[in-house]
Amino acid sequence: MPIERLEKYFLWAAGAVLLVFFLTVSVSAFAWGMQLPNPDGRVDPENLTAPFDKPELREIAPGQYEAVLTAQTWAFLPNKLDIPVGSTVTFKITSKDIIHGFEIPGKRANVMIIPGQVSTVTVKFDKPGEFLYICHEYCGIAHHVMFGKITVA
Amino acid sequence: MYTRDDRFVRWQLYLGFVSLFVGLLMGLFQAVDRANIDLYSSVGLQSYWQGLTLHGVLNVLVFTFAFNAGFLTYVTSRALGRPMAVNALTQAQFWLMLVGVLMAGFAILSNSATVLFTFYPPLKADPIFYLGLVFVVVSTWCTLANIALSVRAWRADNPGQKVPLQAFMSLVTYIMWVLCSVGVAVEVLVLILPWTLGITEKIDPELSRTFFWLSGHAIVYFWLLPVYISWYTMLPKQAGGKLHSDPLARLVFLLFLLLSIPVGLHHQYTDPGVPVIFKYIQAILTFAVFFPSVITAFSVIAALENAGRNRGGKGILGWVFKLPWGDPSVAAQLVGGLAFLSGGISGLVNASYNVNQIVHNTSFVPGHFHLTVGTAVTLSIMGIMYWLLPSLTGRKLWGLRFAQANVWLWAVGVAIMSRGMSQAGIAGEPRRFYASAATYHLPEWDFPNLMQAVGGTLMFLGGLCFFIVLVGTLFFSRERDESVRMPNVDVIIPAEKGAAIFTDRIGTWVWFALALILLSYGPFLITYIANPAFVARGLRAW
Repeated sequence: MPIERLEKYFLWAAGAVLLVFFLTVSVSAFAWGMQLPNPDGRVDPENLTAPFDKPELREIAPGQYEAVLTAQTWAFLPNKLDIPVGSTVTFKITSKDIIHGFEIPGKRANVMIIPGQVSTVTVKFDKPGEFLYICHEYCGIAHHVMFGKITVA
Repeated sequence: MYTRDDRFVRWQLYLGFVSLFVGLLMGLFQAVDRANIDLYSSVGLQSYWQGLTLHGVLNVLVFTFAFNAGFLTYVTSRALGRPMAVNALTQAQFWLMLVGVLMAGFAILSNSATVLFTFYPPLKADPIFYLGLVFVVVSTWCTLANIALSVRAWRADNPGQKVPLQAFMSLVTYIMWVLCSVGVAVEVLVLILPWTLGITEKIDPELSRTFFWLSGHAIVYFWLLPVYISWYTMLPKQAGGKLHSDPLARLVFLLFLLLSIPVGLHHQYTDPGVPVIFKYIQAILTFAVFFPSVITAFSVIAALENAGRNRGGKGILGWVFKLPWGDPSVAAQLVGGLAFLSGGISGLVNASYNVNQIVHNTSFVPGHFHLTVGTAVTLSIMGIMYWLLPSLTGRKLWGLRFAQANVWLWAVGVAIMSRGMSQAGIAGEPRRFYASAATYHLPEWDFPNLMQAVGGTLMFLGGLCFFIVLVGTLFFSRERDESVRMPNVDVIIPAEKGAAIFTDRIGTWVWFALALILLSYGPFLITYIANPAFVARGLRAW
């Protein structure tokens, strides 16, 4: 197919830019560990088994915490977390009813919460301060009141 | 010759624009909600969410579908120079869509389907909502059948000749859509309807989402491609230029047919039920589907440069100012194209695998798609209507000043609103946000929300100007103008210069597309369906 000379150069250049972008993203995900959420097991939303039968923050090693959360219309359980500065927290979340979402503005924590699935995301809290965790998927009439608060101190 | 089809083309377009009007009104309600003004109760709506459902369903599932059916039927018949092969199908596509819209609309207005346009189970709406959507989709299948039969009849009468470019593009657009619509058809017919009708007890929310997004990214190209037909083959003609290459334009459409569908998982980057390897494979393909739009950016801008230079434009950018910006039909589409350049960049952000975690389900996403479907598509369609309406009705366009105001109010409005949405999104403001009633808040969202309120209101005023022109032309235009015809660009390199694989063999590309869909979705679907999670009973959560 005849393609105009300048257009050819343009397409090669655009292809090279897209390739560089994609390689950067790939390295950050697979070599530097900034990976997307991966499946982490299943659970029956109507019959929550361990650890979701007892949602809470627990220390699993010095400076290492596991935050087990459940989401339901229209609240997270628990909806308040106190976390010591410098800790690494692994959130494990599931839904008791419909689809919800989980994001912490200011952190790379962003995952869907889907009934039957376990969502896992790990966050490090280096500095003291307050963070929100927000349900970011429409979950009915009071979706806009569904959030929780993290205090890092 | 065209009268029998055109009657239904007009009705189909009117159905689309009535929907768009209500959809835009709901957009205004959302905008002023950002400034803490609640208009919902004043019109008897139950909630912000009911209004948001109307906004999404009417704007992107009804308006776009109705316009495409009417417009591409018109384009096909004019490009082939013959009436559509089966007038009964032209009628059926209108009546099916009308019935579907009435059913879904009834369900939404009676507050029994406040599930937004994505209707993710286990949110459980009244079955009549889903049945209405089925009618709308079946209507699009009639359109494909009619376009395909018309092209086949033309080929039989013109053996050995290339199908006219505009008819070729219309056909590929509908083949792409109907192929991808299988995903949402499976979701609704196999998973959702048996469940809402009480035949099955539980549903798998992750599986439903996957089938939804199998259609859900390709659908954006179904919104876009009719506008691409205009940008490639009509806009340069209106501006006075030539398109460089016919075969390259065909290849672009074939690439969309190939690549639009096996990329849906990039909407599920943050889903817990999909292994990262499958997300990554579709991330690669998502980057690939940028390519036909990159080609388009060059080809269409080159055709416009050709137009500007023919009008006496000199220097590197002098031609830009020689384009007929005073013609609202041209200006609307030029602004649409500019919006698409920025929308493409924010789309690249969304597509970028782990970068998506910063913006997924935040206001950044509507900030992106109000530039693409909300402006590149919608404003361009308004521009197309400025010649299409006179052509279909024989009436001279009424209210030129309003048409110009439409373009510039919309342009300024979307620039401000999308800027606000993007900034708020990066600061974590969730998408689908009932701002005035939310019990949480970050100060970083305040100014961007004000931008959303101001920009959204300006967009609505621009939209209002469009409807003034529409109604004025239909009811107050006294001058007849029978001279307006569909623009059809001249090309420098004709179709005959391209290899047959790029200009004729659409069927081969359908096989390529099917193979790529199977390769990219097959392994995930097979492993997932072997161990599904039919665990959710459903909830009427509003």
